[in-house]
Amino acid sequence: MKLIIEILRQRDSASEPYRQKISYEAPPEDTVATLLSKLNREQELTDMTGKPVGRIEWQCSCLQKKCGSCAMRVNGVPRLACDTKLSECKSGKLLLEPLRKFPTVCDLVVDRSVMMTHLLSIHNWLEQSAHHTGKALELCYDASRCLQCGCCLEVCPNFFAEGDFYGAAAFVPASRVLSQLRREQPQDLSEFYRRNVYNGCGKSLSCRDICPAGIDIEQKLATSNAVAVWKRYFKK
Amino acid sequence: MSITIIGAGLAGLSAALTLAEQGFASNLVSAQASERAQSVMAEGGINACLNTMDEDDTVENHFEDTMRGGVYLADPNAVQGLCTHAPEIVRKFYALGVPFPTNENGIIQRNFGGQKKKRTAFVKSSTGKMLMTALIDEVRKYEAKGLVTRYPHHRLVSLAIHENKCSGAVIIDTYSRQRTVLSGGVILASGGMSGLFDGLTTGTTQNTAETAALCLEQGVALANLEFIQYHPTTIGISGKRLLISEAARGEGGRLFVRRNGTPWYFMEEKYPELKNLMPRDVVSAEMVTVTAMSDCEKQVYLDMTGIDKTVWKSRLSDLREQCIHYLDIDPVKQPIPVSPGIHYFMGGIWVDEQHRTSAKYLYAAGEGACQYHGANRLGGNSLLGAVYGGQTAARTVISEMNPSLRATDDDVAYTEVSPRFRAAVSAVLGKYLKILREETELREAIRVLQELQPQNDAEERLLRLAEATAKSALFRTESRGAHRRTDYPETDASWQQQTVVILRDNELCITRRKLPERRTS
Ligand SMILES: Cc1cc2nc3c(=O)[nH]c(=O)nc-3n(C[C@H](O)[C@H](O)[C@H](O)COP(=O)(O)OP(=O)(O)OC[C@H]3O[C@@H](n4cnc5c(N)ncnc54)[C@H](O)[C@@H]3O)c2cc1C
Ligand code: SF4
Ligand code: SF4
Ligand code: FES
Repeated sequence: MKLIIEILRQRDSASEPYRQKISYEAPPEDTVATLLSKLNREQELTDMTGKPVGRIEWQCSCLQKKCGSCAMRVNGVPRLACDTKLSECKSGKLLLEPLRKFPTVCDLVVDRSVMMTHLLSIHNWLEQSAHHTGKALELCYDASRCLQCGCCLEVCPNFFAEGDFYGAAAFVPASRVLSQLRREQPQDLSEFYRRNVYNGCGKSLSCRDICPAGIDIEQKLATSNAVAVWKRYFKK
Repeated sequence: MSITIIGAGLAGLSAALTLAEQGFASNLVSAQASERAQSVMAEGGINACLNTMDEDDTVENHFEDTMRGGVYLADPNAVQGLCTHAPEIVRKFYALGVPFPTNENGIIQRNFGGQKKKRTAFVKSSTGKMLMTALIDEVRKYEAKGLVTRYPHHRLVSLAIHENKCSGAVIIDTYSRQRTVLSGGVILASGGMSGLFDGLTTGTTQNTAETAALCLEQGVALANLEFIQYHPTTIGISGKRLLISEAARGEGGRLFVRRNGTPWYFMEEKYPELKNLMPRDVVSAEMVTVTAMSDCEKQVYLDMTGIDKTVWKSRLSDLREQCIHYLDIDPVKQPIPVSPGIHYFMGGIWVDEQHRTSAKYLYAAGEGACQYHGANRLGGNSLLGAVYGGQTAARTVISEMNPSLRATDDDVAYTEVSPRFRAAVSAVLGKYLKILREETELREAIRVLQELQPQNDAEERLLRLAEATAKSALFRTESRGAHRRTDYPETDASWQQQTVVILRDNELCITRRKLPERRTS
């Protein structure tokens, strides 16, 4: 199919971003990730004004929606490039931009380190060995699937990289740990959770339908709140 | 002084945790966050003799299956350590919160290829992701204590090796381009060599094979590069091969090809004991054989329609979703077309039982190291090998700690392989390093590789590694495990030795190396 690809490019964090349009022919079954790989293998690709395109920087790893590396804005929506088929782009106009909530490193690469810093600062780990219960088994599995891709943060009205509200990318992993705590062994996590998640969440659930891993986000929020705030621990 | 670990997948994290638990600090360097390492992609499970399935499993059974699966090309003492420590490793993951399903005896286990007992612990078809989530959280605890310092988005530039002694590593921040010199012992845990077969593997694009290429250039020995595992059940998707986990066959999936129009379950007929669960090298080679027969169709199918409803729900729901998503086929109702694809590298950086490389104070673990799997890896053994290898490397580092090591930046310019060059190298290796190999084709591969024109140091290194791989395959004049030569179809007892490659005076020098005897104690 014939595509007009518009990419928001930026040489490095200090430079001004600019838009570049490329006209390109690609099979509709290709994903955006495959398209970017192909563009980068072209020898003398030029944009629609005749300027050389050069290497387009972007990040990927698994290419099968399991690692969250390739998250970017595709036609304005945060998505995984490896899980977005070109055929979905009916108009033939494809707009690729880096996620906006994180500092841009270059082109489509953003620095999401703050997500890991947040999990560190809320003490997202088990101090004692896990308390497994049949009731929480599926929940732990689902919560453990979080890709740390950042799509949920991109759409959250209350999340800002420099802010002190950490969003679904924190409460989803936290729900795994919280559901494995015993009443007799509470942890700092509950307190930090209240401070950095519970207090700031507007519960608008804009984050609910965006998760590319299909995690049941609403359930994770409810579980985290139940344990951390209402002290309703899971029992055998 | 800190130990530097290059790679934060299962092996790197496990090394960092072992060091931290003993009070030793480490620098944990990785090209991308741990959440994006290949380890998160692992599906079917991790092996350990837990003996929870009433099958009288023993550690010795695990040892035997691993050695036989690897066609006796693994270090028996290393494999003994691996199998002995496997149960405590899996139980520790359970304590760290991995939601393994359980029965009244403990953690439930499933059948997996090449193993006569149910020995594979799993969480649906997402075992790697579950292990990684728990381990990342546990290591985070030590990050907070200052015992683990993360260097995310950093790549290895070079190793500070002088007179075969490694005193540290130079790394570069891929975001800011700033270089950092880290002094002390180094553990390489940067994964398999997928970067030699771009677009042709089930693995990640992140494992560029740069570390192995750098080792080769810096005089560190590599081993068994010719042993590349083709997984029998993969499918082509946009940009890569997608794995259909061995769990599909472990839970009852069957392979067939249409012969004169009717389904022929060839594995069941040819191997009545293990049937569809023969080791991967055997299954992949059989698939090539049957699809070349004149009365057979060219496509093999994986038939999972006989699997029980409850098994689909509790153990394979994610695998089912995957088939529907990528193939638009519901495997509950219809067989899916599959073919072999590159999945694992048994070879890599040569290490001894303690995970020492050929250079002093340099260690390697995980898929990037040549250990445990011999000529063919059993499914479920590489997650185990990555964890145990990381632990073992860490223990060795502690026992050989040398606080006087000082590294300096050698100012080697950091270069990267261009996507075009990588594609060119991959095209050659993909074409000639197939499941079945032979001399003229391997010679042709070497000739074509030598005609490629590298534009920078990184490309030159990658090319040399590619050449070393093809030459290793040419060197081994026998068939064993994943290395099958049509011109040398037999397994030759005199070849029960490792292929070792090292750079000497700018020449690739390939030799054989004897394996240690099994200790009797
Ligand atoms: C689809 C799939 C399914 C699998 N299923 C199973 C299974 O069910 N059971 C099983 O036992 N095995 C399985 N495997 C194999 C197993 O996942 C891997 O062998 C294992 O995870 C390797 O772990 P590792 O720590 O060695 O490497 P990886 O997890 O690959 O980690 C490598 C690390 O090194 C870093 N790195 C790479 N290059 C550099 C560099 N130049 N500089 C800095 N850092 C670098 C990366 O960022 C990463 O952090 C599967 C593999 C795949 C692809
Ligand atoms: S519920 Fe609303 S405020 Fe809370 S994390 Fe989701 S989007 Fe953000
Ligand atoms: S919850 Fe979903 S959207 Fe948010 S970081 Fe995790 S995987 Fe991404
Ligand atoms: S590359 Fe891993 S999710 Fe897209």
